[in-house]
Amino acid sequence: MFSLTAEEQEVLWLSLRVAFWSVFVSLPFAMAAAYVLARASFPGKTLFDALVHLPLVLPPVVVGYFLLLLFGRRGPIGEILDQWFGIVVAFRWTGAALAAGIMGFPLIVRAIRLSFETIDRKLEAAASTLGAGRAGVFLTVTLPLALPGLITGVLLSFARSLGEFGATITFVSNIPGETRTLPLAIYTYTQTPAGDAAALRLSAIAVLLSLAALYVSEVMVRRAARRVAGEDAVA
Amino acid sequence: MLSLDIERRLGDFRLAASFEAGEGVTALFGRSGAGKTSVINAIAGILRPDHGRIAINGEIVFDAARGIDVPTPKRRIGYVFQEGRLFPHLSVGQNLSYAGLFSRGMPASEFDRVVELLGLRSLLERRPGNLSGGEKQRVAIGRALLSSPRLLLLDEPLASLDAHRKSEVLQYIELIRDEVRVPIVYVSHAVEEVVRIADTVVLMSAGGVLGVGPAEDVMGRPDLRPGEGAFEGGAVIDAKVVGQDMEHDLATLAFEGGTLTATNVDALIGEPVRVRIRARDVSIALERPRRISIQNVLEGTIADVAAGSNGIVDVAIAVGAATVRSRVTRRAVEQLGLTKGLSVYALVKAVSLSRPGAA
Repeated sequence: MFSLTAEEQEVLWLSLRVAFWSVFVSLPFAMAAAYVLARASFPGKTLFDALVHLPLVLPPVVVGYFLLLLFGRRGPIGEILDQWFGIVVAFRWTGAALAAGIMGFPLIVRAIRLSFETIDRKLEAAASTLGAGRAGVFLTVTLPLALPGLITGVLLSFARSLGEFGATITFVSNIPGETRTLPLAIYTYTQTPAGDAAALRLSAIAVLLSLAALYVSEVMVRRAARRVAGEDAVA
Repeated sequence: MLSLDIERRLGDFRLAASFEAGEGVTALFGRSGAGKTSVINAIAGILRPDHGRIAINGEIVFDAARGIDVPTPKRRIGYVFQEGRLFPHLSVGQNLSYAGLFSRGMPASEFDRVVELLGLRSLLERRPGNLSGGEKQRVAIGRALLSSPRLLLLDEPLASLDAHRKSEVLQYIELIRDEVRVPIVYVSHAVEEVVRIADTVVLMSAGGVLGVGPAEDVMGRPDLRPGEGAFEGGAVIDAKVVGQDMEHDLATLAFEGGTLTATNVDALIGEPVRVRIRARDVSIALERPRRISIQNVLEGTIADVAAGSNGIVDVAIAVGAATVRSRVTRRAVEQLGLTKGLSVYALVKAVSLSRPGAA
């Protein structure tokens, strides 16, 4: 009844791949940034906080343009990546993932940071009396207790990545099969005569994907929250 | 075992504590804010003193002058917190074996022994969120014990429990003291708990140590005024249960000066118990009274008469080898002519005698 065309499948698959990698790669950095923001105090912390949140308030086109300047083949970072590691992100799907990861970064950091901040630090002290060093405390107490926030952050930024448009199209353009993710494909159809039906179908897919992501997030967070609250599992 | 001499300034509060603790249970006793918890936090390495040194079993774990500060995980101290602090995301069994993650594993025999000792077998699969207060503290004690500590610190472990649970957990702590033989430092502001469990008492007030000594001596001090500020001074007497009158719910206790009849003694015949006789519960008579409801009439000799403030006098009465204290008015002293060396009868209501900590 609702079978996808080959082109739609390609768009969908690409979008999921871009979103997955954007979250996967940004997660460790987000955790580090969240931990530093929640726990450390150092001069310039406010500035660091502002920098982390910048993608949230900047026009996405501006972020995309900066990425193009930095990571383009002639850009200072792009040139190093190309010459030393043979990695090119400009006009590639990896570039789309980079753009999506940076746009979703503030969301994931915020969620994890909130989680870190609500953890009872007395539990961490208790862990240290039982022989756990800093890394041990983090892995066995802090991280598991931050799990609800972690899940929220991951799914929020995943959904954000699926919807990323401005930074992506500016940085890596709109290349079918390489960088044409779901929002870009929808945009393309709306600019094409008689593309309405296709745009509508893709929009429906976008709605379903978002709903699914929200649903999964809700279920997982509820389960994790119950666990973190120390309640017995419901049979 | 434990030797400590530390100083720490926290705003206006100055902590300066120095004492040694040996085998058995050492109670840090004093009202809230006396600095008791700060002392054990320093022992555990959670609080860093400004000056001084701390040694456990001869090993220096902190010495400000020599720059030694062994980090908490390496001190091998078991710490049972007031609120338990069980890990909510782990099951009871995982909480118990937690310390094994950071040492070379935990022998199953050791795990089983502690589980049996504390009666935790049926709780292993449960999560901490749904445990009762008493169960939580038992798990917390087991978790601390399973880190194979050189010293066990208990910070008011009964504070958040109701009277019945208090008694139950206290019994387990006594069991640990007798079976596991790990030295225990027990923080409390409750006279009953300290009298019942402590071998040595460190009396603390306003960040300093007022006195250190055997529990019978320190807890029998006439100037003892814990928490609420009421007159709590009295005598602490070590006794043994020699009879139980089931019909009347009374127990007969033998002590160095004779026998006592007491209510509510939750102990078997032959079991040693420690009772506290508050000075305000003891009356004095010059001749043996007849036709009176009082069950304990102890014959003795006045050993000391110490006039206090507000018309109150503390009279120490030697009963055999033991000393009972009575707090009476100055007028009573004058009317009866109470002086040192006078033979008197100390009257103690049986209902004022109960085993400390019993529900």
